Amino acid sequence: MRNVYLVTAFLVVLTVSVFGLRGTKFTHPPMDVFPEWAFPGMKRQPKPRPQGESTFFADGRADRPIPAGVVSRDPLRNDSALYEGKAADGTFLRGFPAAITVDAKLMVRGKERYTIYCSPCHGGVGDGNGITKQYGMGATPTYHDPRLRAMAEGEIFNTITNGKGNMQSYADKVLPEDRWAVILYVRALQRAQTGTVADVPEAHKSELGIK
Amino acid sequence: MSNIFPKSANKLPLQIITYLVVLGGVVTAGATYYMTPKYTRVGYAPVQPVPYSHALHAGQLGIDCRYCHSNIEKSGVANLPTAQTCMNCHNQVKKDSPLLAVVRHSFETGEAVPWVKIHQTPDYVYFNHAIHVNRGVSCVECHGKINEMDVVAHAKPLSMGFCLDCHRDPASHVREKADIYNLDSQTIAEKSGFAAAHKFLTDRNIKPPQSCSGCHR
Repeated sequence: MRNVYLVTAFLVVLTVSVFGLRGTKFTHPPMDVFPEWAFPGMKRQPKPRPQGESTFFADGRADRPIPAGVVSRDPLRNDSALYEGKAADGTFLRGFPAAITVDAKLMVRGKERYTIYCSPCHGGVGDGNGITKQYGMGATPTYHDPRLRAMAEGEIFNTITNGKGNMQSYADKVLPEDRWAVILYVRALQRAQTGTVADVPEAHKSELGIK
Repeated sequence: MSNIFPKSANKLPLQIITYLVVLGGVVTAGATYYMTPKYTRVGYAPVQPVPYSHALHAGQLGIDCRYCHSNIEKSGVANLPTAQTCMNCHNQVKKDSPLLAVVRHSFETGEAVPWVKIHQTPDYVYFNHAIHVNRGVSCVECHGKINEMDVVAHAKPLSMGFCLDCHRDPASHVREKADIYNLDSQTIAEKSGFAAAHKFLTDRNIKPPQSCSGCHR
């Protein structure tokens, strides 16, 4: 009987030696307790998953590229001010489109979107000194020069949508409505750079250490 | 007629039963330890086609999760970034690095970068990323401190028990909106106590489902 216990103890040691402990890093595909061959079609069902693999299509992708000539089923984007930043005469819109309500909510949204998508290069205050500069990003223009201060809102919209120079399009990341929010925040950043003590409301002066 | 069995055989049934009980315990302990995602999945850190470091990009540079996983707030799926997203910076930063050859190839040809999926729920689980992040569950709850990982490893078991731990006790896990993408942040309960966390839940009518059809259909 003693031998049986010894063999069992040996098997336990062997199992722990082979399988190791929880949480150990490994690179091979994870072990499956209920493997696919024993329970087919449960965990991995024969359906395409977003950004997944497909054995059906030649390029192996479940997501299909959009064929030429396809028309979006989304509502028609015929508001050229909202979706292109163009005024009725085809020039870049000055000010904000009628469909956008400029309010504090839009500003907050703009700040959030700006911080996510713009600040890595353009910097938190829009001076072009984002974190990427230290890692070899080329010259990013500051928003605080006269050319960009005077630039029409529609042209900024166009730059976000289509990119410019080394900056690529952000149309896939920032929705049209959010682009206007970002523009509003950029305008606020520009205004902040020319601020004087007189602009600070009385109630907030003490926060900034101004008498 | 002599005895067929020696006298010691009288003890044998008891010894066998004792051994079977011990063996049962050992096997149960082994199965409990090894046959759950805590063992099978936690620690999975596959070699990726590009040695992308989240510790560098999200941690050191402080780039928001949503810069790359841009659809997370509006889609059930946390999308992998397009090659263009990488090229937004890497058309200038380390633009000739051989490590990024796969990304440049993808950008030029439109072929997908063959990233290896790490976190994968079974197909009968309908997990929606957007609803979780928009309702106060931070990335860190399920993915661990990605911002400290050079190579992303599976950090949490993501088993059904793991899901239910949070669905039964959301108060211990929810965070303020501003803290969702800050993986070093504290939960509301840690910051301001459980009363505040419960108020957060009732104000927003957050009632995570515990019924089967909440996640399975």
